Amino acid sequence: MISSIEMGTNIDFSHSPRIDQVGLEERAARFTKRSIKKETKLNGLLLTLNMIDLTTLEGKDSEGKVKQLCYKAQHLHDAYPGLPNVAAICVYPSMIKIVQKALKGSGINIASVATGFPSGQVPKSLKISETKFAVAEGATEVDMVISRGKFLEGEYNYVFDEIAAIKNACGSARLKVILETGELGNMDKVRRASDIAMYAGADFIKTSTGKIQPAATMPVTLVMLEAIRDYYYKTGRMVGMKPAGGISKSKLALYYLVMLKETLGDAWMNNHWFRFGASSLANDVLLQIVKEKTGTYQSGNYFSLD
Amino acid sequence: MSKTISVKNKSNSQRLEVLKTYKIYIGGQFPRTESGRFYTPLDATGKKLANVCLSSRKDFRDAVVVARNACSSWGNRAAFNRSQILYRMAEMLEGRKLQFIDELMQQGSSKIKAKEEVALSIDRLIYYSGWCDKYQQLFSSVNPVASSHFNFSVPEPTGVVSIIAPQSSSLLGLVSVIAPVIAGGNTCIVLSSETKPLCAITFAEVINSSDVPAGVVNILTGKVAELAPWFVAHMDVNATIYCEADKAMQKMFKEKSAMNVKRIFFYDKIDWTKEKGQSPYFIFDTQEIKTTWHPIEPIGASGGGY
Repeated sequence: MISSIEMGTNIDFSHSPRIDQVGLEERAARFTKRSIKKETKLNGLLLTLNMIDLTTLEGKDSEGKVKQLCYKAQHLHDAYPGLPNVAAICVYPSMIKIVQKALKGSGINIASVATGFPSGQVPKSLKISETKFAVAEGATEVDMVISRGKFLEGEYNYVFDEIAAIKNACGSARLKVILETGELGNMDKVRRASDIAMYAGADFIKTSTGKIQPAATMPVTLVMLEAIRDYYYKTGRMVGMKPAGGISKSKLALYYLVMLKETLGDAWMNNHWFRFGASSLANDVLLQIVKEKTGTYQSGNYFSLD
Repeated sequence: MSKTISVKNKSNSQRLEVLKTYKIYIGGQFPRTESGRFYTPLDATGKKLANVCLSSRKDFRDAVVVARNACSSWGNRAAFNRSQILYRMAEMLEGRKLQFIDELMQQGSSKIKAKEEVALSIDRLIYYSGWCDKYQQLFSSVNPVASSHFNFSVPEPTGVVSIIAPQSSSLLGLVSVIAPVIAGGNTCIVLSSETKPLCAITFAEVINSSDVPAGVVNILTGKVAELAPWFVAHMDVNATIYCEADKAMQKMFKEKSAMNVKRIFFYDKIDWTKEKGQSPYFIFDTQEIKTTWHPIEPIGASGGGY
């Protein structure tokens, strides 16, 4: 059987499907009209919690901050035992060792950004060596950024080769490819970048770095989910999805789950194939879970900040 | 040739009056209740007053979120500026006297009583406007302590206050409970009189045009029995005010407020038309006292203590 990369080298990505913007937005808005109550809501919230990549990607990140985040990941709200853990902790490469030590035995994945995050404006050789460094340090997942400049210049082969090279450098670590949709300009390009990333070997495609506005939106995520679906029909390979940035409320997260289920189906409804990249979503989900369990509206004062 | 339409051929009696839609006031906007429900309060003769929003607990929850967000900027504002804004509210109310008199009469008041009530309401706003930058001196103290410290106590706003407004006094009661709470730098969510809600919504229009920041005052209309438990149980509310003598309700307030040790106040014996209906102690009710111990040189060396 012919591999995805071999197929990809023969595809002219400028012929990726075009997106009907108006239809897309109407379809995306439709997902926000579903009524999700009681047990369904509670299960959705628990699933959301389990899909979060708890993230800190700041210049001011310190050892203490990262340790604190790792502690939070394992003790989300101890007043309610039995809550699921988050899916992963996402940090800069320099913090991987600290995370590894703090998360030992917890089963939580260690994700690291690489390839000159967030701009990606470093030479390819450095991107590859940064990726290798991250994997050697112990990252089980690598979040790379694509070269948006090259992409917008129409150098699709360059972008394709770069992603394939990074995937190669990842070894057994799973590769998430950040498209930074806020910089791509329109939905046609989001679709095109999604196709390039998947054929080049991405295990996940991810909307944003969180450093650019707009970050994840429902229409953008829908374009990417549909790209994943079409790719799956063509190749039989599943690719994960990670919207990141701007999802801070539980209600919105539940809408994303509805969109996921109605676009890709149950096989994707777990944290192996779907993640939320977020830092403040976890607390809002916890507030809502406790509200569901106690029947009383909650206050942020009674939950850990980070 | 088309006929010209003359506006003169209809006498005033034929004109269909444009009636106001009474909507609720949350975060500086006038939405309808999210529940889509309404009720129709009647006047003393059994005539329908208007269709009014029957607010739900979710409207209250949304209002608490905006009130919480508005807290820090309102509480940290210069006291003098809060005073100016309360004065502005009085100015706006003065300019719309006739509308309030008209509404009070619709709700069963005599013309003389209605005029009195509006005048008193304006005066009450001026009264609390004056107190905005003065109660601090009255309630602060420098405390004698037996160590080398300068020890002083100052009042600070408690935070978000939920208020069930007086049922019988549609405008004056409402103004008398809102004014001291916001004069003290708190934000509030108010449930208007159930049977006489018209003035409350019109008063929201006064607030909206008085430079009161969005979210500082939020006004809902609806059933006391339905909403009161949520007003007092919400963990993100710091104090609750109830103005009726209903013993069963007061018991419920005492029980539900215990969850986050919320302060509760029953203003059930107060005649708002009298001198005792206004006092800086109403401001003091929703203040918290913060005491600071500031190290100083040894008492002996300075030659005296405080």
